[in-house]
Amino acid sequence: MKEKRLLLGDEAIALGAINAGLSGVYAYPGTPSTEITEFIQTDPAALEKGIRSRWCTNEKTAMEAALGMSYAGKRALVCMKHVGMNVCADAFVNSAITGTNGGLVVLAADDPSMHSSQNEQDSRFYASFAMVPVFEPSTQQEAYDMVAEAFDLSERYATPVVLRVVTRLAHSRAGVEVGEVRAQNALNPSADRGWVLLPAIARRQYAKLIDKQPALLEDSCNSRFNKLEIDPQAGLGIIACGIAYNYVREALASSGLKASVLKVSRYPLPEKQIRELAAASSRILVIEDGQPVVESKIHELLGAGAPIEGRLTGALPRTGELTPDNVALALGCEAPQLNAQAQNLAARPPQLCPGCGHRDVYAALNKVLEEYPDARVFGDIGCYTLGALPPFKTLASCVDMGASITMAKGAADSGLFPAVAVIGDSTFTHSGMTGLLDAVNDNANITVVISDNLTTAMTGGQDSAGTNKFEAICKGLGVEPEHIRVVVPIPANMPQITEIIREEINYKGVSVIIPRRECMQTLRRHQASRK
Amino acid sequence: MKQDIILSGVGGQGILSIATVIGEAATAAGINLKQAEVHGMSQRGGDVQSNLRLSDSEIYSDLIPSGKADMIIAMEPMEALRYLPMLAKGGMIITSSTPLVNIPDYPSFEALQAELDAQPNVYKADVETLAKEAGNPKGANMILLGMAASHLGILTADQLRDALGRIFARKGEAVVESNRKCFDLGLKLTE
Repeated sequence: MKEKRLLLGDEAIALGAINAGLSGVYAYPGTPSTEITEFIQTDPAALEKGIRSRWCTNEKTAMEAALGMSYAGKRALVCMKHVGMNVCADAFVNSAITGTNGGLVVLAADDPSMHSSQNEQDSRFYASFAMVPVFEPSTQQEAYDMVAEAFDLSERYATPVVLRVVTRLAHSRAGVEVGEVRAQNALNPSADRGWVLLPAIARRQYAKLIDKQPALLEDSCNSRFNKLEIDPQAGLGIIACGIAYNYVREALASSGLKASVLKVSRYPLPEKQIRELAAASSRILVIEDGQPVVESKIHELLGAGAPIEGRLTGALPRTGELTPDNVALALGCEAPQLNAQAQNLAARPPQLCPGCGHRDVYAALNKVLEEYPDARVFGDIGCYTLGALPPFKTLASCVDMGASITMAKGAADSGLFPAVAVIGDSTFTHSGMTGLLDAVNDNANITVVISDNLTTAMTGGQDSAGTNKFEAICKGLGVEPEHIRVVVPIPANMPQITEIIREEINYKGVSVIIPRRECMQTLRRHQASRK
Repeated sequence: MKQDIILSGVGGQGILSIATVIGEAATAAGINLKQAEVHGMSQRGGDVQSNLRLSDSEIYSDLIPSGKADMIIAMEPMEALRYLPMLAKGGMIITSSTPLVNIPDYPSFEALQAELDAQPNVYKADVETLAKEAGNPKGANMILLGMAASHLGILTADQLRDALGRIFARKGEAVVESNRKCFDLGLKLTE
């Protein structure tokens, strides 16, 4: 009997990759993708094989390094949350043009309902745009099995392959049967000139990518992960993508409703099966987690006026994740009688930990900025984004990784004073450094606070790329050394910190204040491991 | 047979350790399990929950449909009440009775306890005080697991106690024993 392990979807992907002959994982932490790389970093077999697994500075550096490993002939995995696809989009889209050598799998973990995100963009759009195949598992077992198939497919067609999961699969545990272990590829650097995307070569490579599409489509139509079950008695045809398939089966089993069902877990969309489903059904309901990618696409396929329902027609909510409840409702199941919501309830939003250094940073900023009613504080992505909520309410914005510095600069360029940026240490090295260089070159009148807790805290305390390097980085980018100020954010230092903030706000130019104190969560862990 | 459980509490209270023990027991017994967790932002002192589904037949959805949960196991009384619409009519609530107040508008304790007591099938205990008295302040979640153990149906208390031993084994025999003590304390409260 095969070994069965209880694994998170993320862990199933990690183990699937290790057993599929992975040579390196490249990633920046991001919910809900973080646990993949963490698993590989601590798995005994991965350590023994020497699989490369250290965190990268951002998703673009991760994607490019993974492509380099593929160029050298080995299998590489790059992992990110959905918005990471924006950061690495240049490298990702062009990797489809160069093609790959060793297998290259791009794991994108989407977060419909924005449990820990700023948007609910759907990574299947990116894959479709770049013209690369996608695997979308509906179970943890499929997630495990698909990784090996994705690597094989990548090597067979010399294309990167996207593995798309959503939060509810990434962060749900189930039993997984573990398969065979494949050896890593030998070093075998490509000798193909197609990697040099000069216009003349890029045109040829782009034509090659387009020429691959019919074979990729046929492969998808023949995939065991796309499964059509026709019920000749049913009028309703359902297209269920990824985990939507689970909710459909749950609803059909408990209600006894009849429907023909096409499970879609491989793209390009299996056009043959979609036509068969349409021929057998009087109407089609598309159920997909994320954005209406398939629903839009099959209109092209089946022609105008085809009876297609889904998120765009209101059969399912336009936003937010799928649930067993909203899928059952869309199928026409009777809603059960529910217990009433309790009377004695209050919302319990997340908050900064007791004793967290970010608290002292916001307390100090709020105190000084009382003297400057026109001040705006531009925020960034991390635990410290919670400084936008009570009791601090300090932040005016939070948009994308690194935007605090550049938005403060743009506002200062417009005449806003004081313009303050608050950014965490890991976010600063991810995407803040280039913006700081812009600010220095323009001598922008901004005050940047790099709130350094020595870790990537929000995602659970991963190593931060710039630890011990921040003063040197800021100096290297051209910030005047006397305007790089390091403080320890504890209540006892409040007079000193507020004085420094006041001085640097009044300095006409770029200044950087670095409050530095270890994250309470990692501190507790470090203390426990020393005992 | 199936058992659908909502585990709830406040980030940092250890609800996932309860899930880990149940998961270990289910895997050893060959029972199917799906368990959806919440990671990331809400873990910072916010409300957290996990959907834990056990069944001897195939489980489809990772999430429990509303009104279908058989049991709520909660480390905090308001966090038990938050999931009433998830609970089947007559479903069981097993909860800590100790409020964790980290928000300014926490409801009145009396009204909260009264609403909890008005539910048809509730077991509650001050598991934090009991754990301290038992010499294992971190064992409150194992007392709660013990309280649930004889009501799961699909798993026995003995299977859970054995699983607890395997989960804590790498922390040494003393840790296993003190957590078993908490588990048995909880078991007695609801038997």
